[in-house]
Amino acid sequence: MERLRRTMMFVPGNNPGMMADAHIYGPDSIMLDLEDSVTMAEKDAARLLVHNALKSIDYGDTEMVVRINPLNTPYGRKDVEAVVKAGVDVIRMPKTETADEVRELEAEIIKVEEELGCVGRTQIMAAIESALGIVNAYEIATASKRMMGIALGAEDYTANLKTPRTPEGSELLLARETIVVAARAAGIACFDTVYSNLEDMDTFRKEVELIKNLGFDGKSIINPRQIQVVNEVFAPKQKDIDKALKIIAAIKEARAKGSGVIAVNGKMVDRPVVLRAERVIALAVASGILNEEELS
Amino acid sequence: MRNSKVVTLEEAIRRSGLKDGMTISFHHHFRGGDKVVNLVVDKLAEMGFRDLKLAASSLSDVHSPLIGHIKNGVITGISTSGLRGELASEISHGLMKEPVVFRSHGGRGSAIANGDLHIDVAFLGASSCDCLGNASGCPRSENAKSICGSLGYALPDAKHADHVVVLTDDLVAYPNVPKSISACDVESVVVVDSVGDSSKISSGAIRDSKNPRDILLAQQAAKVIINSGYFVDGFSIQTGTGGASLAAVKYIRESMIEKGIKASFALGGITAHMVKLHEEGLIGRLIDVQSFDKVAAESIASDQLHQEVSAVEYASADNPGSAVHALDIVILSALEVDVDFNVNVLVGSDGVIRGAIGGHPDTAEDSALSIIVCPLLRGRIPCVVPKVTTLITPGAGVDVVVTEYGIAVNPRRPEIAGRLKEAGLNVVDIHDLAAKATSVIGVPDPLPFGDKVVGIVMDRHGNVLDKIHNIQ
Repeated sequence: MERLRRTMMFVPGNNPGMMADAHIYGPDSIMLDLEDSVTMAEKDAARLLVHNALKSIDYGDTEMVVRINPLNTPYGRKDVEAVVKAGVDVIRMPKTETADEVRELEAEIIKVEEELGCVGRTQIMAAIESALGIVNAYEIATASKRMMGIALGAEDYTANLKTPRTPEGSELLLARETIVVAARAAGIACFDTVYSNLEDMDTFRKEVELIKNLGFDGKSIINPRQIQVVNEVFAPKQKDIDKALKIIAAIKEARAKGSGVIAVNGKMVDRPVVLRAERVIALAVASGILNEEELS
Repeated sequence: MRNSKVVTLEEAIRRSGLKDGMTISFHHHFRGGDKVVNLVVDKLAEMGFRDLKLAASSLSDVHSPLIGHIKNGVITGISTSGLRGELASEISHGLMKEPVVFRSHGGRGSAIANGDLHIDVAFLGASSCDCLGNASGCPRSENAKSICGSLGYALPDAKHADHVVVLTDDLVAYPNVPKSISACDVESVVVVDSVGDSSKISSGAIRDSKNPRDILLAQQAAKVIINSGYFVDGFSIQTGTGGASLAAVKYIRESMIEKGIKASFALGGITAHMVKLHEEGLIGRLIDVQSFDKVAAESIASDQLHQEVSAVEYASADNPGSAVHALDIVILSALEVDVDFNVNVLVGSDGVIRGAIGGHPDTAEDSALSIIVCPLLRGRIPCVVPKVTTLITPGAGVDVVVTEYGIAVNPRRPEIAGRLKEAGLNVVDIHDLAAKATSVIGVPDPLPFGDKVVGIVMDRHGNVLDKIHNIQ
């Protein structure tokens, strides 16, 4: 079953206290940040901290992502080396504008992986934070087999568009839809931008509802308190779960009979419907509505 | 001879017959805002008293002037529930010749009632008092300057001390009823400018947490309660004042509404959170030994179903009538828990005294279900350890330990472990929690304790439970 990526929690790479226990709140992915949340003076120290956190802290099943500095800075290549050597799952590229940048990163990753003898282990995701990046979204999403997902970075994007951010987010609509479509066309995941006002959980919830309906897999978050809201919004409705359970039961039945045709209530079930049912079940289990024992 | 009880502090002291070597007592209902202890001890020093034993229900940061009085020989002995700040640090480093005696609130009540702790003169602050000595923690006139609500910890002193002096900053017309302290127990009334700074009376202990870790711990604690088997209509509950304890009340409330469950009473230090549930009809009665904030203090002043109890009625081990014997669930915090479920709430991981026993061992032992909520790691400090620095609450009375890395259930309570596992909670072995802490933090260096005993911890029954050594 496909990995759930409802929440990707940003954790500053220079904060050992937060890095040590970020996983206890149950985000689906954790993104340790070496870029914007770390000042120039702390870049080296943060890289060392993140390297050691990845190596020594037991993050369990949580997907571990590190946002590196751009390769055209003095830090980017050192970041790649440090986190690939520490066994990171995914490297997140900031401010990605072209497919060539992805391929450049991939070449850097391969250099380190070859040294370690583990070529192909590290995945890539790209944050798209400019108009040019949005125009190139599909090329970026398909630039490498390692591409795991693409994400919107709204602050830089709206600055680049020369427009302010609004609570309803109309200025982001094209970018959001473009990213979802590009990701789906490429068969990878897509993540929405952060919402930074922790005091306004109502607007946050509305934004999560919006991006879920647009088709995003999940949202980038900046505080553990946001996890519950995202998970609640992404939790499937009971009627969808019931339907999905019927489909899964039909699959089992078909397999038991050795039949390739899956039918529910006399109607043939297509593959997309099966995939959607599987995702509903995964979400229901992750949301604690179903437990895995009931499924078997 | 009308109003003959109302005298100056100096006259009250003279009348009390206080002599060098005797024991004086105080309550801590004004907490961080208290002005009574410093005012009285300054006066005693000025009058030339020496070698006095100070028996407070608790002491806090604001009492650092006592350091000077210890150094000059005015105070040579202290008994209390807790110590904080500079005074605690100095004592931990060996300031006093005699060790400080630490008792729980219930233990102090029992010790006063049975004579183990004999009080010669009690100096008790009150927010209102009439000329005969009927005293209350509630304001009773427009001139009122302070409010602390319940005077529960002062009541054993008022009842059993040889001589009682009430200090008030609002002398009101007789009769000051309802009263907490009876005029029949009071020898003198002293009017002072201020008994306590109201803005600091609720500071320190209470905070409404937005800390994600506190919220996580609170949610877990609430799930433990809801699935424990004790969450049934008519249950009773006490919570501490830590961020996680208070936040847990919020989640329990949601579940009470959803399931149509009501509590018969809430006990102990009463907070605004409990008052809210009471006013919503979710908790029948509030039994209040200490009003933790202004909302609680105002509630006890006006609500018949919000009742004051003394420390003895609250938590005495010896008295079968004390409320803890009827308590179902208590949520408590900890500085350290060890693999035998023993708890330390008094001495920090640096070996310095920085807390208070409070009602911890009283409620843990006598409640049907005691839940300790404590993070596994506080920065680089492990909170689940192989052995507690100081034993305050023996593990025999501790049922469940909730941490952010899992929930440990005392092997003495397998039925609770079973219920929690069935509810899908992450039940783990407490040894695994301790090992997890070590794997993240490493093994801390042993504390540099010296040979001098600076504190003695008494259990609820009047026996020595542990000794605290000086830290170097």
